[in-house]
Amino acid sequence: MQLIYEQSTPGRRGVKLPASDVPAASALPDTLLRAEPAGLAEVSELDLVRHFTNLSRRNFSVDTNFYPLGSCTMKYNAKVLENAAALFAPFHPMTALLPGGVDFCQGTLGMLYDLGQLLADITGMDEVTTQPLAGAHGEMTGILLISAYHAANGNKAKKKYVVVPDSSHGTNPASASIAGYEIITVPTASYGDMDLELFKAAMTDEVAAVMMTCPNTLGLFNPHIKEISDIAHSHGALMYYDGANLNAIMGKVKPGDVGFDVVHVNLHKTFGTPHGGGGPGSGPVGVKKALIPFLPQPRIVMDDDGKLLLETANPGTIGRTANFFGNFGVMAKAYAYIIMLGREGLIRVSEQAVLNANYIKEKLKAYYDLPYDMTCMHECVFSASKQLEHGVHAIDIAKFLIDKGYHPPTVYFPMIVKEAIMIEPTETESKAAMDAFIAVMIDAAQTAESNPQALHDAPLTMPISRLDETKAARDQNVCCIG
Amino acid sequence: MSMYFTKEHEWVKVKEGIGAVGISEHAAHELGDITFVELPKMGAVVKQFAMLGSIESVKAASDIFAPVSGTVVKVNEALETAPEIVNESAEDAGWMAWIEIADESELENLMTQGQYDDYLKTL
Amino acid sequence: MNDSHYCPHTPEEISEMLSVIGVASVEELFAPIPGELRAKTFNIPPGMSEFETFSRMQAIAAENSGKMLNFIGGGFYDHIIPSVVDHLSGRAEFYTAYTPYQPECSQGTLQALFEYQTAICRLTGLDVSNASLYDGGTSCAEAAMMSLRITGRNKIVVDGCVSPFSRQVLKTYLFNLNVDVIEIPPLDGLLNRAELAAVLDDSVAAVLVQNPNFFGSIEDFTALADQVHGAGALLIGSIYPISLGIVKSPGEMGMDIAVGDGQSLGNPLSFGGPSFGFIAAKKKLIRNMPGRIVGETVDKNGKRGFVLTLQAREQHIKRHKATSNICSNQGLCALRGLIFLTSVGKEGLAELARLNRDKAEYAKVQLAKIPGVTVLQSAVTFNEFTLSLPRRADAVVAGMLEHGIAAGVPLGQYYEGSENCLVVTVTEKRTRKEIDLFAKELEVALCN
Repeated sequence: MQLIYEQSTPGRRGVKLPASDVPAASALPDTLLRAEPAGLAEVSELDLVRHFTNLSRRNFSVDTNFYPLGSCTMKYNAKVLENAAALFAPFHPMTALLPGGVDFCQGTLGMLYDLGQLLADITGMDEVTTQPLAGAHGEMTGILLISAYHAANGNKAKKKYVVVPDSSHGTNPASASIAGYEIITVPTASYGDMDLELFKAAMTDEVAAVMMTCPNTLGLFNPHIKEISDIAHSHGALMYYDGANLNAIMGKVKPGDVGFDVVHVNLHKTFGTPHGGGGPGSGPVGVKKALIPFLPQPRIVMDDDGKLLLETANPGTIGRTANFFGNFGVMAKAYAYIIMLGREGLIRVSEQAVLNANYIKEKLKAYYDLPYDMTCMHECVFSASKQLEHGVHAIDIAKFLIDKGYHPPTVYFPMIVKEAIMIEPTETESKAAMDAFIAVMIDAAQTAESNPQALHDAPLTMPISRLDETKAARDQNVCCIG
Repeated sequence: MSMYFTKEHEWVKVKEGIGAVGISEHAAHELGDITFVELPKMGAVVKQFAMLGSIESVKAASDIFAPVSGTVVKVNEALETAPEIVNESAEDAGWMAWIEIADESELENLMTQGQYDDYLKTL
Repeated sequence: MNDSHYCPHTPEEISEMLSVIGVASVEELFAPIPGELRAKTFNIPPGMSEFETFSRMQAIAAENSGKMLNFIGGGFYDHIIPSVVDHLSGRAEFYTAYTPYQPECSQGTLQALFEYQTAICRLTGLDVSNASLYDGGTSCAEAAMMSLRITGRNKIVVDGCVSPFSRQVLKTYLFNLNVDVIEIPPLDGLLNRAELAAVLDDSVAAVLVQNPNFFGSIEDFTALADQVHGAGALLIGSIYPISLGIVKSPGEMGMDIAVGDGQSLGNPLSFGGPSFGFIAAKKKLIRNMPGRIVGETVDKNGKRGFVLTLQAREQHIKRHKATSNICSNQGLCALRGLIFLTSVGKEGLAELARLNRDKAEYAKVQLAKIPGVTVLQSAVTFNEFTLSLPRRADAVVAGMLEHGIAAGVPLGQYYEGSENCLVVTVTEKRTRKEIDLFAKELEVALCN
């Protein structure tokens, strides 16, 4: 397909602007004036609509294809959530920061406050800040809160390390590193979770925090989690919960009850807000009472009369992690999702997410190696090691699935599983949809034996075949010249 | 000219107190198509087994560690525009830097070609 | 079972699946969670239908004052959004997809992001752009961290005219990293260049400025760029993208990195988000850029295609050594930005920028006619300017809110000694009639 810039014709316009009803101002002085207008595309409205409509048709998406991308929780996004978020489009965030402005924002501030309360109950925390704009942003915010906590206790210099399991998301060590910590990585044991003995050996009083995903990225719930948090606390370290896999445990277990002190929640995973082709997400952070004094400002608080106010000058705060109140539109969708599903609905979400993952695991384990063969939570991780004997890699299976109309599972993550294939069906898929997917996965396994070349050649049905990623990295053509 | 290897798959070839340094053919093969080599700065003083530079392929990134202590006296600028040389000739034209060796006794901490070949079989 | 349409199994299907797994109940699947750790309470209210849910959301929205005449900015701006933006970004193939990890079935998102990166490069006059960051404030912080990596230095100098919110975000990001952040207090709403020169030495990684700045003033930073480069540091500009329709670009001024909030490009106010942050830089800095980058390449038949590239910089490969921790970005908001910029087009963006300036200049004249009101700055402004009122601005603003006018941002809470100052924003959406009404109401408010 042509780039929009290749369809540009000088003088063509996509939208007519309002006519001016005021006198023209004097021109800017030459020293401040742009030499010539930016080279944006010049196309008609119809050109524009056709271009982007046709581009959209070159995407797989949840609404068009089964999308079992492990760790990403690609569940169906209810349409009413889009309508709900649109209701808030006209509200300017600065209004709330004006003197007396909170009086005019009780609806939006109240919704954020209520969302915080609901998330606090789901995660077993005492208070939630809605400011973080994505999961990794929540991680960084959480680690900065932990850092402020240690500093307030006179331990800033002593606490130098953050412990993560080797199965963790890459964001965990990256966020802790950006927040100023060195990383200690603990290997995974044969039982599919952080090796308890090695963890004990790694723990010293210099550890500031232990970051865990639970269930972990193998989709397994760590039976030692309470013991791990007790050990961490005995060294004065705090427990950080990466909420990426919260979809598995709503109403079943609360991170706060098993010893976690700080939690981030990915609203775009568990709480049904769309992923937008890579964002926007939203990563509210919940904390236990001892960390409330450090929460970002402005902090939404309720007075005795139930009126929402903004706390803006708490001396202990870590400051501000985003310009305003977070990704409000995303939070409006998540809030609507929670109140719509309610208590029973959320419990059913977790139950059926876990049921679906175990069903796929059982159906496929005769065909694919299952390195950790036990009851999983919301996702299961296979290895393409059997297929590798025929020269077929996980990526080849992924490309074969594309030809069959399926978005591939996550491949090559977690890194501790060779040729990993990580499948997360989510609760919104029907049995029929999963059975069809299972049949295609079995077809892939059989084709790997009978005709491995067919997998190497895939995909054949897409607008393009496999791309030369080495060329992209060496050339670095990241914008259209001209 | 003697050639020595580290467990992290760097090699050093020593001649008249200068060590030419690079990554082994095995390492280059494991990384796949190399897209970027971060070279050390001229004049940098490095310690044995401390970070010297880094190397990237499409799907992996790896640090390069100095096989010997010393001062960087020359870098292979050709790799800045043509990192693929490392894939084509990892143990010759794909060298990364010359280090003026501070202490040749450190070579005892490294493997010979034969020892390295045996080591690769254990991986 | 009013939510059963999101969890579609029938009881029969559930039994069938349980028997495949070999367990008697769904509850058995949760056996790996030790009993003593199980949740004792779960105090979420009962669910409801989508219709009741929507009514509840409408009721919440109605608790805000819906009709406010906005003369406020401060980083978020009330601009027109062409209808095509909602319709095209509302295509489910875009908004229900994820990060384009599998390029063959994600060319829609990938090509759109490549076109977005191109728009940002052309707008800023710089060579390379990523596929978006979170917002304006965090993009300032990411650019500052980028400069620390590139220079190996540990000091950031920030113009006090940069948005106080962005400055706070920057300080929060850096507070644990042993980095000195030096703020230069503003001089008459402009960068205090003498004071900057006094602190600019070879320990400085970057200087961060904003254009137009928080007071609304536009400055030419061309000479500053030379000065900053002379010290071996980088010049970072936080830019209001609509102004780039007419104002000299960061590239033309010699800046190394341009960042900013993309909300004004087709994203609704939405109480502060989602919007997106943009970042563009000189080509040689690309390896130190944070976030996703889309690159052009070819498939095995030589056909053009797009992929996520330079991924070895990122957290999922480099973990704690990554250039940034960012994973999810604000892709859909960046797509809205691209559609907005394409709809408005080359000449249209210049026209839109002129319209903003014309309206603001008209408002400036009308408001300055009010006895005791003066325009604070002599500097050139874009669509924001600072007024000096004869009394405290906060009380005036609070009073005018009651009349449905958000009159501006009082500066007193952000700059000591500026209690009488008010920053007023006038976008193309404000009509002459509304501006006249605002002037009249302000005059009345000042008489009371």
